[in-house]
Amino acid sequence: FTKKKLDDESIEELEDLLITSDLGVATAAKLTSNLAKTRFNKDIEPREVSEALAADIQAILDPVAKPLEIDRTKSPHIILMVGVNGSGKTTTIGKLATHYKAQDLKVVLAAGDTFRAAAVEQLQIWGDRTGCEVVAKETGADAAGLAYEAIERARAQQADVVLIDTAGRLHNKSDLMAELQKVIRVIRKLDENAPHDTVLVLDATTGQNALSQVGTFKELIEISGLIVTKLDGSARGGILVALAEKFGLPVHAIGVGETANDLRPFTAKDFSRSLMGLENASD
Amino acid sequence: MFDSLQERLGSVFDKLKRRGALSEADVTAALREVRVALLEADVALPVVKDFVEKVKTDAVGQDVLKSVTPGQMVVKIVNDHLAEMLGSDHVALNLQVTPPAVIMMVGLQGSGKTTSTAKISKRLTEKDRKKVLMTSLDVQRPAAQQQLAILGAQIGVRTLNIVPGEQPVAIAKRAVQTGALEGFDVVMLDTAGRLAIDEQLMVEVASVRDAAKPAEILLVADAMTGQDAVTVADTFNQKVGLTGIVMTRMDGDARGGAALSMRAVTGCPIKLMGVGEKLEELEDFHPSRVASRILGM
Ligand SMILES: Nc1nc2c(ncn2[C@@H]2O[C@H](COP(=O)(O)OP(=O)(O)OP(=O)(O)O)[C@@H](O)[C@H]2O)c(=O)[nH]1
Ligand SMILES: Nc1nc2c(ncn2[C@@H]2O[C@H](COP(=O)(O)OP(=O)(O)OP(=O)(O)O)[C@@H](O)[C@H]2O)c(=O)[nH]1
Ligand SMILES: [K+]
Ligand SMILES: [Mg+2]
Ligand SMILES: [Mg+2]
Repeated sequence: FTKKKLDDESIEELEDLLITSDLGVATAAKLTSNLAKTRFNKDIEPREVSEALAADIQAILDPVAKPLEIDRTKSPHIILMVGVNGSGKTTTIGKLATHYKAQDLKVVLAAGDTFRAAAVEQLQIWGDRTGCEVVAKETGADAAGLAYEAIERARAQQADVVLIDTAGRLHNKSDLMAELQKVIRVIRKLDENAPHDTVLVLDATTGQNALSQVGTFKELIEISGLIVTKLDGSARGGILVALAEKFGLPVHAIGVGETANDLRPFTAKDFSRSLMGLENASD
Repeated sequence: MFDSLQERLGSVFDKLKRRGALSEADVTAALREVRVALLEADVALPVVKDFVEKVKTDAVGQDVLKSVTPGQMVVKIVNDHLAEMLGSDHVALNLQVTPPAVIMMVGLQGSGKTTSTAKISKRLTEKDRKKVLMTSLDVQRPAAQQQLAILGAQIGVRTLNIVPGEQPVAIAKRAVQTGALEGFDVVMLDTAGRLAIDEQLMVEVASVRDAAKPAEILLVADAMTGQDAVTVADTFNQKVGLTGIVMTRMDGDARGGAALSMRAVTGCPIKLMGVGEKLEELEDFHPSRVASRILGM
């Protein structure tokens, strides 16, 4: 590569690249203007520019990269999975169950989506695949009551983890958000610290609305972390950078496919480099 | 959270002296705000760039003295262009073929295909008095075929019986045959979610199309989609050939710029939109309403 002056035009190109990865206008402008401050009009290789930006993005993401560890003393460690419709909650529960089973943990699944057609059957199949008990009732049953029963059942069996599935809901629907608050209220009757984790499952294809999603869920039900799905697609998931800046919520893992083993740890370095189109050490 | 475009433009023009006609510099300043507003609404960058160029050509030289404020005039030009790009009229589903008319639903994982299949079937059955057969070709997702069967029972629409192990092309052929033999007007084909970059599954869906010869191939897309909307719509259109788009989750608070991106790259009309999880929550697409929403007004 030949060196080139970092001028307005090349800065605009960089900003465009970040925008097309869903970082949003504000975050993209901030990152590129940081870069311009230190290197404007200096001779620089295109690769160096990408490396510098990737390093800046990594610095934003490093503090949020935290795996979802199970506290064995909790027995059971209660995890509530929430998110908008179709984001990947049920599938991610299947993947997490696989992951925890591999650590020799005893896992119970709670079919808390008592609304959507065949949601129970879907989770049941994940239960069969992973060899985990699924606590379920008929469609239309009370989600809070089901979650309560699942925790009681898990306690009786001395399970280590309970993964509670919930129906997808848009954050702007206050009645549906109130229903989620009720689930939390009810399970706190059994354990005042429950849920020990409340994970928002976010689809990587989502654009700027993710800010509103996370903001509202966080305000109404205290999200403790995120899992981002569908990163195996063409979407880059750059909204994560804007989310990290704004909310600083942990990112626990990423989904990269539809099967049980398609869950990966979230690594700030790998994610930042792939956003900038740079190869990773692991590639 | 977002200032309305009107306010933003107001502040741009406050700084300008009132002149007889909009100069290129005035318009450029205003269009910087339009660019940001569109990007914040998730319109894809290449589409934003094109759009801003077109509006610029139109706005330069317009007489602002005739309007109350230059800001309002630019907003009007922008709004009109947006509505025009989104499609000026509602385009109905095309069922004017020798029955059964096959409607195939395609799209990314979780976009709302199965739910929209049931919503469209319900509408065709109840409003248009059509005899509809629904079929799931989703042998991928756990309990997907069951999901459609349950929805069928809820709305009183027949679903093709499930044969365990049968593959998508074979199911599609059986659906069309059954549709023809038993006098159905419409055969709905719900397909498994797939990534645009999944070559193998894109080939599979093209084979289904060749076997079923659909009158409509609808891309079902989430209104919350970000910049990836152009890649998704363009790839599905190239590999399968789309006749229309269904935007789901319009009941959220996303500004829905993906609608503009998808329309712009495919040229396909947005035919319907999903506005809830319930099966009656389906509406015709209203370009002007969506234009205002994209602009945050
Ligand atoms: N490619 C890909 N597909 C995924 C991933 N995670 C989930 N999916 C698919 O996305 C679709 C929706 O996933 P679900 O797990 O049913 O999503 P959900 O959030 O439970 O949906 P609702 O309960 O309807 O709100 C399914 O087809 C999944 O197979 C992922 O990481 N990559
Ligand atoms: N709020 C809202 N939810 C919707 C809408 N359309 C679909 N959904 C929900 O979105 C989720 C996914 O819908 P599905 O119809 O299963 O999506 P799909 O595209 O068939 O998913 P896959 O088959 O896994 O690819 C479900 O929870 C639906 O209830 C809509 O217009 N508004
Ligand atoms: K990706
Ligand atoms: Mg689910
Ligand atoms: Mg489906």
